[in-house]
Order: sequence, then C-alpha cells, then structure tokens
Amino acid sequence: MTALRLAYWPGCVSRGFTPELHGSMALVAERLGIELVTLDRANCCGAGVIAEHNQELADTLNARTFALAQSTGLPMMNICSTCQGAQSECQQRLDADSAYRTHINEALAEEGLEYAKDKEGFENKNFLWVLVEDYGLDELKTKVRRPLSGLRVGPFYGCYVIRPRSRIGYDEHPERDLYLERVIEALGGDVVEYDGARKCCGFPVITMNRDTSLRQAGTHVGDALDAGADCLVTPCPLCHLNLDMQQPEAAKVTGRELGLAVLHLPQLVGLALGYEPKQLGMGKHIASTEWVEGRLADAVPA
Amino acid sequence: MPEYTLKVRRYQPETGEGPYWQEFKVDLDPDLSVLDGLLQVRDRTDGTLVVRCSCRAAICGSCGMKVNGESTLGCKTQISEAHERANRRDGGANPIVVEPMANMPVIKDLVTDMESTHWAKIRRVTPWLLPEGEPPEREYVVPPESMIDITQSMACIQCGACVSSCLSMEVDPGFIGPAALAKAYRFVGDPRDSQATERLYDLAQDPHGIYDCTHCFSCVDACPKDVAPMDQIMRLRRLAGHDHEIDDVNNGRRHETAFVKIIEKKGTLDESLLLQESYAQGIKGKLIPRAGALKGLVGSIPTAIRGLRTGKMRSLPKLIPGVHHELPGDAQGHVKRLYSHAEEHRTQLNLYITGEEELEPEPDEEKIEPEADEEGEG
Repeated sequence: MTALRLAYWPGCVSRGFTPELHGSMALVAERLGIELVTLDRANCCGAGVIAEHNQELADTLNARTFALAQSTGLPMMNICSTCQGAQSECQQRLDADSAYRTHINEALAEEGLEYAKDKEGFENKNFLWVLVEDYGLDELKTKVRRPLSGLRVGPFYGCYVIRPRSRIGYDEHPERDLYLERVIEALGGDVVEYDGARKCCGFPVITMNRDTSLRQAGTHVGDALDAGADCLVTPCPLCHLNLDMQQPEAAKVTGRELGLAVLHLPQLVGLALGYEPKQLGMGKHIASTEWVEGRLADAVPA
Repeated sequence: MPEYTLKVRRYQPETGEGPYWQEFKVDLDPDLSVLDGLLQVRDRTDGTLVVRCSCRAAICGSCGMKVNGESTLGCKTQISEAHERANRRDGGANPIVVEPMANMPVIKDLVTDMESTHWAKIRRVTPWLLPEGEPPEREYVVPPESMIDITQSMACIQCGACVSSCLSMEVDPGFIGPAALAKAYRFVGDPRDSQATERLYDLAQDPHGIYDCTHCFSCVDACPKDVAPMDQIMRLRRLAGHDHEIDDVNNGRRHETAFVKIIEKKGTLDESLLLQESYAQGIKGKLIPRAGALKGLVGSIPTAIRGLRTGKMRSLPKLIPGVHHELPGDAQGHVKRLYSHAEEHRTQLNLYITGEEELEPEPDEEKIEPEADEEGEG
C-alpha cells in the first residue's frame, strides 16, 4: 500500500487533560508508517458549545481548520469523536449552500485561506475511520507484535462518531458503528458486549448537571465490569475524561465500586504493536491499568 | 414469501409474572413493516399479543417501539431492513428484537404508559399560544416567512420515540426531555406568542430543563418526522443564553460564554480556565461567588489532585487558569477577526428549511432545456 500522509488535527483535550492520547498517537503513527503533518495553527472545533452560542462562528472556525488542511493538499485526520462530530456538522452546512460558503470564505480571505467544497483528496476522518477504511485491518494485522489474546475489551464509541445517522457517512460506510469491534478483533482481543457501548458518557453536562453526567459514566463502566471487561477503549478524549478521570466520582454517585481501565484507541493499538504501557502514557490514567498490563504479560510477551 | 423471526419482549401484569422473551415466525413480503409482522403474529399465532397502532403509515404516531434496540415506529421500519440490521455483525440468523419503548412504564406487551414521561412533560411547557391583548376579529395575520423557523418542531406527531431514546432521561427521569422541549421551541419561536422571554426563563431555570440535554443525538436519529428535537433544544439555549442573557441555575450560559471567550483569546481550549470561569465568572464572580460556584469548584478538587498524582495535570498551564498558550504567529489575531465577522452576522443556516443545494450537473452531461412555451407568446 502507498504510505499514508495526513494533515493531523490533535484537538485541544489530547494536548490538555489527556496528554497520553497525543503521545500514544505519535508513537502508533510511527510504527504504522503513517506520516502526520500537524496543523499547529488550527483552532478548537467548538465542541458544539460555540455553535450553541453562534452557529456562524462555529462554522467559520471549522472552515478555517479545513482550509488549513486543504492548503497542505492532504486528507485530514482527528483523534477525537467530539471534533469529528462538531466539524462534520459545520462541514455539512458549509457544503450545503454556496452563498453561505462564499460569505464564510470572505472572512477567511484575510489569512489567505479558502475552504473548497469537494476538493479532491480532502476528507476529515477520525483515526478509527482512517484505520479501518484507509490503512486497512489486514495491514494492521501484519503489524501486530503482541496479539491482545484473551484481553476482554469493551468498545465505547462516543456519540459524535456514530450519530446522527444522516451525517456520519453511513451511505458510503454503513459499518462505521461497528469499527471498534473490528479493530479489537484485528488486534487479537475479545469484544465484550455490554449496554453502554453506544451511549453517552455524560461529559457535555459535567459542569451543568454533575449528577446526570456521573450517573451516565458510572452506569456504563459498571455495566462493562458486570459483562466481564478487562478494559474499555474509546476514540474520544472527552469520553475518557468522564469514564476515567471522573471514575472515582462516578463510583460515588452510582454507589458501587468501579475500577476499570479505559484506554484511548491509539493506546490499545500501541499495546498490540509492542509498545510498553508506560511508553503509551498509561501510568497517567486515574483508573489503574495494572490489571490490563498483567493480563497482557500473562498472554504473549512483546 | 421470506420468513422472519421476531423476538418480542412480552409482559402481562395480570399473570403476576415478570417480562419474558418470545419468538415468533412470520411470512412476510420484505417490503412490509415490522408492525405488519406483529399484526400477522396477532392474527395467526397469538391473539393475546398487544400492540398499539392505527394509521400504519407513520402519520398517527401510535406504534412507537424499539426495534433492535433503536426507538422508532414499527410501521416505518421495513422488516427486511430490520432483519439485516439484526445480523450485521455476524451475518447469522439472529431474530429481529422488538421491545416496548424505554423511559416509560409498560402497560402490557408493547404498549407503554406515555402519561408520566411524555404527556405530563408536554403540559409542563405550556403547549398553547399565549398572545397579548384582545384577539383579532378574524385570524391572526403574520408574514409566512416568520413561521418557517418553527415548521420543523410543528412536524412532531407525539409518538414518544425521542423520549424512549433519550440518554439523559435514562438517568434523570426529571429531565423535561426532547419532545416537550421541541414543543416549547414551537411556541418560543411563534411570532404570535407574547411570552417567549418568560418561557425561556422557565426552561433555563429548571435544573432539569434545556441545560440537562447531553447532546447525544439519540433523539435526532429516533424521530420519524425529522423534528431533530436536540437542534430545537440548542436553539432554545442560543436564545436563552445569548439573546436574553439568562444566567441559568445549571451554569449553562456561564460555561458557554467562558468557552467562547477562551477560544477567542487562545485559539485552543484552556481547560482549567474553563472550569474556573464556568463556576465563578470574571472578577465579580470570584469576589462574590454564587452558592453553587464554591460547591462546584471544591467538588472538582479531588479530581485535580488525582490528576496531579498521576502526572496527567502536572504542568503549569493545566494547573493555573490563563497560562495556556495562544496560537502561533499571527494565527490568534486572525481567529479574533473571524469572531468579529461572525458575531456581526450570526447567520443561522437551517438545512431543514433550505435543504442542500443540488449538485451542479457534470460538464459533459447533456443539459435538457425546457421547451419554449410558444403558446404563451403573443
């Protein structure tokens, strides 16, 4: 296969409260042979919050990011379900109306930028989608040095890469809401079925309704534990904040003991590629990852 | 005629037994619906199966149910598609799973009691027009374009599918919920209504109101009439927070304005500043903190300490609000100017109304000109 070169938007949280995500993505890209050209001038996607304040502002900010990516001539990749969702929503509006696009591009012109609809070769995809659709699971399997044999992994998607149906690209890629399961299997792990895989982590209301938010997080972690999961894996750092960083608080709200490792998608891939947990920043997590590390050591050493 | 298997969650309270699953085989044209399958079961196999339906054409909203875990109308879900979805993962011969709607009590089999979690909440938002002054002698006259904005929420058929799918209501039954909030927007946006401000105050100041929505899009997918209830909730937030400057009990507006300002100043998110400003905004907010602010900030301390311990938050920008870097070079200045441009216009493109522009015809495609209307001439 031809080497993948991608314009890379890491997002805010992967360089903020989940630095281990950005770090592990860099390692994984290197071993997979994916070249990432970081969009270091790009801005926050607005996470749906800016759109709530002023829809045009959110559309303009994301048009700027797309234009920066388009100026590299490369397809764009993000590592955050929320970025994917917020950006896809804006892109849908930008693509739907040429007069509106012209209006937004007038604002971008000062910086010498322009967002073009249907520009050849341009797409904005989450790492999960890139991995399955562009890199390919067969290719991924050839890179596995430490199959995750016997590791029971619960998928946790994050709303924004699977809903709303009309915007996620299911026409062309009808199985996007099954990719995490496919990746877990490709890496040699076992998929754990549990109720929360496609539900909401609760993060968007953590400062607005803490009880609702933590009850959601705690319920999903508890369900996964009950189903026998060794860990969860998620392509969304905001889900990670609620499922991992807030897990002790979620345990208090739901009134049960939790304690389940939550891995970022690049970390799970990285383990299978032979990286050590520490290299992947797993020591930075709040919920201990020792159990996962023990399970892997028992299975096949790297 | 192909055969399909329906696995139905059944419940008959009069037996004193709990709910149970029962499988039925049906012979059905693949173009027919899951509801048609259930009606065939009732007619041919088991006359005790209870399902509510009327029009069978996605108009009346009676047959809300869950098919393969997704809230929908039984009559709008093709049985062959439901069969395919049930077997997507393993390509096996899994049955189509049919359950009553969630987030509401089950009366019998597939029939739910919509009173407490749907109709009571609809009544909660005062779902009628509150015009000012004496009514006109004849009908109210408004410019048609002023009503377009609320046509989407008017399309609701009260089926309850969005309520059934709501992931916030699942953990907080007090949440007003997607159907009722979409209905609320229908009156807030109505040019004849005189109580928009009062309505917005009411919805923003209810701790289970507009800021209790977790933005999960479940209701958008569930709605059979494209009402997109979540989009209507976001419109209510835009009006309450920005246009009416309502500082709500849930910190929704503070969180939103803090977020928007941070990106203007820094380009990417300063999480610690967001947390601080969401609870105690500006100098005034810190000098005279609100009752909930201290609780919120103190509540986040254990999480911060844990983050410090593991190294997740062991850096100055993550600990001290405001230390976060700006975008490099002149990029931050450009972002600021984008703000001025967008704040000046505040365009709200509504694709439900405008639709998506049709693709331009391919250059080599033969263009069909309409025939000249000769009769019209002269």
